[in-house]
Amino acid sequence: MNLKSRIAVSFAAVAMSTTALFAGTELTVYTAIEAEDLPRYAATFEAANPDITINWVRDSTGVITAKLLAERDNPQADVVWGLAGTSLLLMKSEGMLEPYAPAGADKLDPKFIDSDTTPSWVGMDAWVAAVCYNTVEAEKAGLTPPSSWKDLLDPQYAGHIIMPNPNSSGTGFLDVSSWLQIFGEDGGWDYMDGLHANIARYTHSGSKPCKLAAAGEIPIGISFAFRGAKSKAAGAPLEIIVPTEGVGWEMEATAIIAGTANEEAAQKLVDFTISMEAMEMYNKGYAVVAIPGVAKPVEHFPDTLLGAMINNDFEWAANNRATILGEWQKRYDGKSDPK
Amino acid sequence: MTDVDIDRLPDGPRIKPKLSRDDVLMRSGMAIIAVYLVVTLALPLYAMLSKSFSTYRFDLTQYELQASDENGAFNDQVFTAAQLNDKLQKFSDLDLSTAADGRLAPSKFFPDFSFRSPVNYRIRNVSEGGRLLVGSTLKTTTDWLELDSNTFRRVQLRPVESTGLDNFKRYFSTPALFNSIKNSLFIALVSTVVTVSLAFWFAYALNRSCMRFKGVFRLVAMAPILVPSLLPGIALVYLFGNQGMIKELLFGASIYGPIGILIGSVFFTFPHAFLIISTALAISDARLYEAATSLRATPWRTFWTVTIPGARYGLISSAIVVFNLVITDFGLPKVIGGQYNVLALDIYKHVIGQQNFQMGAVVSVVLLIPAVFAFAIDRYVQSKQVAQLSARSVAYQPKPNPKADRISLLYCALVGIFIVGILAVCQLAALVKFWPYDMSLSLNNYQFEKMDGGGWGAYYNSIKLGLATAVVGTSVVFFGAYLVEKTTGFRTGRAIFQMFAMLPMAVPGMVLGLAYIFFFNNPSNPFNAIYGTMAILVICSVTHFYTVSHLTAVTALKQMDKEFESVSASLKQPTMKLFARVTVPVSLPAILDISIYLFVNAMTTVSAVVFLASPKTSLASVAVLNMDDAGDIAPAAAMGMMIFYTNAFARIIHLVASKGILKRTQAWKG
Repeated sequence: MNLKSRIAVSFAAVAMSTTALFAGTELTVYTAIEAEDLPRYAATFEAANPDITINWVRDSTGVITAKLLAERDNPQADVVWGLAGTSLLLMKSEGMLEPYAPAGADKLDPKFIDSDTTPSWVGMDAWVAAVCYNTVEAEKAGLTPPSSWKDLLDPQYAGHIIMPNPNSSGTGFLDVSSWLQIFGEDGGWDYMDGLHANIARYTHSGSKPCKLAAAGEIPIGISFAFRGAKSKAAGAPLEIIVPTEGVGWEMEATAIIAGTANEEAAQKLVDFTISMEAMEMYNKGYAVVAIPGVAKPVEHFPDTLLGAMINNDFEWAANNRATILGEWQKRYDGKSDPK
Repeated sequence: MTDVDIDRLPDGPRIKPKLSRDDVLMRSGMAIIAVYLVVTLALPLYAMLSKSFSTYRFDLTQYELQASDENGAFNDQVFTAAQLNDKLQKFSDLDLSTAADGRLAPSKFFPDFSFRSPVNYRIRNVSEGGRLLVGSTLKTTTDWLELDSNTFRRVQLRPVESTGLDNFKRYFSTPALFNSIKNSLFIALVSTVVTVSLAFWFAYALNRSCMRFKGVFRLVAMAPILVPSLLPGIALVYLFGNQGMIKELLFGASIYGPIGILIGSVFFTFPHAFLIISTALAISDARLYEAATSLRATPWRTFWTVTIPGARYGLISSAIVVFNLVITDFGLPKVIGGQYNVLALDIYKHVIGQQNFQMGAVVSVVLLIPAVFAFAIDRYVQSKQVAQLSARSVAYQPKPNPKADRISLLYCALVGIFIVGILAVCQLAALVKFWPYDMSLSLNNYQFEKMDGGGWGAYYNSIKLGLATAVVGTSVVFFGAYLVEKTTGFRTGRAIFQMFAMLPMAVPGMVLGLAYIFFFNNPSNPFNAIYGTMAILVICSVTHFYTVSHLTAVTALKQMDKEFESVSASLKQPTMKLFARVTVPVSLPAILDISIYLFVNAMTTVSAVVFLASPKTSLASVAVLNMDDAGDIAPAAAMGMMIFYTNAFARIIHLVASKGILKRTQAWKG
């Protein structure tokens, strides 16, 4: 090695170490958080942790889950921040998550944390099922507002209800699994048999039924409250109905991917995701967050929502997912051609 | 020479010309492009095929179970799960085949199981690395787990991977999935009949009448090629949806279903059929019509005995193209299909909705069958086609016929209104603030950053992809075609290459995309690094649209005399010099055609790239799909129209450039 190259190498080494010092760690974070919230979340985290930069990889819940499972043997993500709890359970059962007890985990509502001694995942906030009811179109069609799930079986709603297909939408699965828990296994399927007669069609995404209701395409969309509140704020003539039997819900949660090269930074991120600051950040759009008593009411959210959340058994839902979806497809997908 | 009997001559020694440097160069060039096609097409398809045979089964011999008595003492015998199942006959062989995320609760092997009973259970894997879950914690060791009945209820067995035909068995025993085959065939057949009839009369009017505004109608007919196939679906929602402008026209029928898919399919396949039929009608021989007139055949008879037979290859070809386009399209059924399931949509649902890649691969294989079949018929028909235009042919010149011309104009105007109307509705929907409650105009729907799908970045990515596909694709395709056309000898090699070049047309985009995931997203694949980058999108697009580009290049090259090569050889000029100095300039019009074809298609394609676009390489066409999926229909229309304007702009540039280049380089054609 001559002098010249020796100088070049030492320069390179210095340059590399200084960038490491200033730019710090880059974390690849997979997420299904709404696109418009991402910059705000990243900015808040990076303000508190200037040495860590977040590289988002965002897509819908189904796609991100598919991607994570497909990459099982060669994970690209360091952290998953903001993915459905059932998806994380699925990944846990594949041994893809690194257990870690973040600082402040004891403050969380026990529903929002993995029950293992060293939890594999921690929750952030919840999205809750609800019915979006377009008052203008309903009046035109001469409908009376429903107040419960069972009300939706009334023949007056025939052809006026849209719900997501559980085979392609997480929200759809949430609805189906909650009905099976509320009405019991046989009662749940009986309920869906009846509902199927009133359904105009099933959509592929969970937010679409509410957006269609907001646009007047259909009077009643079974969707989630968060979407309804947003559409209502945008000026749609919507009523957000919380069925009295209780509503299914799903949490957004965080976990470290096993085998990450940036474990320390990943742990810092997970610590942050359950901090008080983060909870206030989630609360801007979500009415239910993981630390009890923190959430302030969010505009356009019905106040009965919190009390109506069922005691959702995520483990049961994740472990029976394949069976439930198969049964659903057998019952409704094959003969659901338009008449 | 005529009086020498050639048969009697003794065989001379076989002359095997020595390969020159040029020959070696050209053959290795061909080999490189052939390897490219193998890596980007054959191997991914093979990966997909093997995935469809990769099954998941519960291996019951791998678990041992033991139940205690009421007091928790384990005196009972240890059984494997298989023995318990044999005793109970609980699960049949087919029940034990499952998907990758399948689960089976071993509590079902104990008929009197109750989660309240004081009985305890023990379970273990027979060998290391087994798979069983307690709740959602994976246990892989052979240690005994002793669990109370309430915990034992939460135990789930996991399947192991093996190979076999189970996926296909399961697929064909699911009526819902089987139904899709019927629906797909029905939609494809009806769209084919409707589109080909409509396009035939449109082309007939343009070629065989003296109506006015032919140029305008020609442009209008080609417009649908510039937009993603799902855009007409969005327009139909605004026209015939529950808040639609003219929904009364449907008399209460729902647009969400086969009707919507059919109308949309006719829209997006129309230009393809029109182009092929128009070419077929343009080359008919006037002398046949003169003969018919002199034989006093009625126009009706002439039509059936001269016009239709003359255009039959065009009709068959266009029918096959339309059939293939419709059966492989998944954008339209997704946007407007309602509950109407088709094959292409099933693949999407399996992969995205249920992460069941194996079943996705199975449906892909099923979807390949009609596509390959149609492709084979097309090849057969093409080979039967003989040149209709001989040197003595006289081009047919239509004579003015006021009544027929007026009908033609009226007909073309109706079709034109349909096409322009669909596009206009999309543009209008994109500009309305909140349909139907706030009909004021605004640009709100162009704030793509606030929606799913990647924002304006997706739009710029699409342009990048279009340009890269045009540049890379044109170079690879044209060079490949040149090597195939102009290499001397080496027959087998050339034939194999031709076959590879024709293959992409038979592979539906969606199947190709899925095959790319299986092949490239494999850590042991040396090309793994390109997964999730722009490069894989470019490669996928080039491969997807390879065949038509290749055929265009070959046609152009066939028009060039082989003498050029002989002359350059005798002047001792390297072939590559000839290629750069003569072939490329002379073929520039074809090269431009290939680039615009690749650009436009890369901008509009959804099916191939929907599985491959990553958040960093999100694309406009996929954004249209995602925004519609999320219920943001107006922004989806806005993005779709951005694609339309970009493609229209590219087309205009292409037209201007072609004119200029034609003037400069094609002057020799005189």
